[in-house]
Amino acid sequence: MRAFAELLERLVYTRSRNAKLKLIGDYLRSAPDPDRGWALAALTGELSLPGVKAGVIRQMVTERVDPDLFAMSYDYVGDLAETVALIWPAPPDAVLDAKPEALSLGETVERLSRLTRLDAPAALSAMLDRLDASERYAVLKLATGGMRVGVSARLAKTAFAQAVDLPVEDVEEVWHGIDAPYPALFAWGAGDGKRPDARGLPVFRPFMLAQPLEGEADLSDYAAEWKWDGVRVQLVRAGGQTRLYSRAGDDITGSFPEVAEAFLREGVADGELLVRGAGQGADAHGGAAASFNALQQRLNRKTVTKKMLAEHPAFVRLYDLLIDGERDVRTRPWTERRARLEAFAEGLDPERFDVSRLITAKDFDDLARLREGARESAIEGVMLKRRDSEYVAGRKAGLWYKWKRDPLTADCVLMYAQRGHGKRSSFYSDYTFGAWDSEGGLLPVGKAYFGFTDEELAWLDKFVRANTVGRFGPVREVEKTLVLEVAFDSIHESTRHKSGLSMRFPRIARIRTDKPAAEADRVETLKALIV
Amino acid sequence: MTALGSWVHAHPDGIHIPDGDFWIDPSAPRDRALVTHGHADHARGGHGAVLATPETLDIMECRYGPQSGQPVRYGETLRLGGVDVRFVPAGHILGSAQIVMEKDGERVVVSGDYKRRPDPTCPPFEPVPCDVFVTEATFALPVFRHPDAADEARKLIAAARANPDRCVLAGAYALGKAQRLILELRSAGWDRPIHIHGALQRLCDLYRAHGIDLGDLRPVADAKKADLKGEIVLCPPSALNDRWSRRLPDPITAMASGWMRVRQRARQRNVELPLVISDHADWDELTATVTELDPEELWVTHGRDDALVHWRRSQQKKARALHLSGLEDEDD
Repeated sequence: MRAFAELLERLVYTRSRNAKLKLIGDYLRSAPDPDRGWALAALTGELSLPGVKAGVIRQMVTERVDPDLFAMSYDYVGDLAETVALIWPAPPDAVLDAKPEALSLGETVERLSRLTRLDAPAALSAMLDRLDASERYAVLKLATGGMRVGVSARLAKTAFAQAVDLPVEDVEEVWHGIDAPYPALFAWGAGDGKRPDARGLPVFRPFMLAQPLEGEADLSDYAAEWKWDGVRVQLVRAGGQTRLYSRAGDDITGSFPEVAEAFLREGVADGELLVRGAGQGADAHGGAAASFNALQQRLNRKTVTKKMLAEHPAFVRLYDLLIDGERDVRTRPWTERRARLEAFAEGLDPERFDVSRLITAKDFDDLARLREGARESAIEGVMLKRRDSEYVAGRKAGLWYKWKRDPLTADCVLMYAQRGHGKRSSFYSDYTFGAWDSEGGLLPVGKAYFGFTDEELAWLDKFVRANTVGRFGPVREVEKTLVLEVAFDSIHESTRHKSGLSMRFPRIARIRTDKPAAEADRVETLKALIV
Repeated sequence: MTALGSWVHAHPDGIHIPDGDFWIDPSAPRDRALVTHGHADHARGGHGAVLATPETLDIMECRYGPQSGQPVRYGETLRLGGVDVRFVPAGHILGSAQIVMEKDGERVVVSGDYKRRPDPTCPPFEPVPCDVFVTEATFALPVFRHPDAADEARKLIAAARANPDRCVLAGAYALGKAQRLILELRSAGWDRPIHIHGALQRLCDLYRAHGIDLGDLRPVADAKKADLKGEIVLCPPSALNDRWSRRLPDPITAMASGWMRVRQRARQRNVELPLVISDHADWDELTATVTELDPEELWVTHGRDDALVHWRRSQQKKARALHLSGLEDEDD
């Protein structure tokens, strides 16, 4: 238990991703079985201990501590496990006298998993009495789930993959077919077991991703499609169950029930989740869809209301087919998968699914001309896919390219700056900028924290410090004199800023010390760019 | 019969004793101020006359320039109007005192800020039985239990030794905490030079002038970046994430504060190595002190007065909050 508690303790205070990977990797290499498997389950959020819930923990602690003092403490600390770990009073002498035996993580999980709601308070109390504050925190975190140590499931899997020298995509792929504490996974990682099999299970497969296009492509080798601005999803149906996964491999089935219910063919497909509307594209592009803004109403919802389903009905524009029925076709060329996809889609509800249309272009120049019109049609850009490419996980050179439309730019005035994180914690690196309104005042239109070089960052940081006119906690307000050329993909109506505007992917393109602030753009001009 | 301690008036900006014509730790300039200790939230400049321990007066002169004051030694009794006044050690920082007042057979102790743990920079808190005990409550929640400061200092040393290519940068309150941390590091065996931010220099010199040996201290400004690898650097908390720290070799950010006990608090400040070291009493010290003194009434100046008053009342004893303002201590 000590080693796992120490791991959590160190993860809490570590900000760098690489340092986190190393901490977890070191632990997974050195901890014995089954401890390391349970640790991996806890970090990936797969550990479930139904007998020990928050209610049980509250009941247990208020038997030892004044309930009002506990409530005040919980209110201050804000985390149940941490509050209880810190507040837990020294046990009666009798318990201390009985030499505490060191429980391993595996034994702890095993004991916790046998507890029922009835016997949990007493058993957990006895366990906490034998631990120090940091071990108590670890045990309570195991029980309540949600480690809150700044480690995503994906990061934990990456740490495992790196520790055993396997591609993380392979680990992702077998992940949903294995159970904690993952003996098969560790055996495979150590080289003395075969790869676990996920057939017949609705598991996530890693996505194939595109690189930005630089230069040209020969259309006899590459097929072109429109690039839709929605959420990339994977649809999986196996063994009679359907799941929707996000690009990170998170299960988002619950947020889009109407899509999941309609995906009734066995297989795995890749596509773009969109909602019906007229914000982007038109019939000529294979059907219009609403803007990303409309889709946002549907994202990150645990429960979906009937109203939401009616106002923003979702559908998926299919891009690719990974598994056709039971047949894994990922190693087949794109042309074959595309033909299979078209046949596959025939059997699906057209209300919920269509196939991304291919662009007919004579040659690359012709395609470039079509792309020129993308902004007017409110389409994000085009995709190029190598006709003979296999479906491979990750972003592999030469196979898929994204060719976004050229960004829009605006000259804005720097208004506020905030310090960054990690290596940037001493730099003012997050910038809020504004445009002029009709009364001659500045209204914030966006916020950007990348696009500049290290030298430009140092310059901007110096500017902020030398021109501060107000401080609000971590935020500094600056003299409204500096013009920044901001590049962004598109601009939308939004309630986030007072200007009623919000930008997609804003970044600092140039520092315009040559331009007086009065000549920066006006809110009206930016509003005209909304499509 | 009048209420207990009715001659002691608590106002948001300090404690006023009309019969003695003085204020204790007033936050606005007053003709006569009795000051418990040198932290800026208790000791303000601009008073007519200041009565404080010689060490506290020195600290105030170091910060605000010459004071028209009267040094009062621990244990010495003064008569101010109809009130007998005595300063006794509070164990908080160098020169820190509780102010013991007696009038008409009633004794009221204003303890200022205090702690019960050993601190090599000042004499220990002296418990004085009293009718009314006036206490702070900065860490008055049962989640605050400060560990042994020596163990925390050892963590700091271990981090410095484990990272020969980086330095450990520890934020510590410039008055009291920094010097105590230096002494803890010394007794834990760190005899290398300790590098300090310019803002710590004068107060460290002052501690030395009072006979406290801090060992080899060097200004960070004099050191080359590469020479600070594997070393320990101290600065005020406000400098931790400031651009001043860019001169250091990839610093590991540490902070010595009682607030570091709560993980999310440490995370909010970008701290990688939290050191739970406080010059304030923790929950156990506060409750043990009140239990030991067992005053008729407990008055709570600032901090988590709600929790401490609740705890005392749950024992069927009298307690109330004074709601003094301006005494929050975010960095201790």
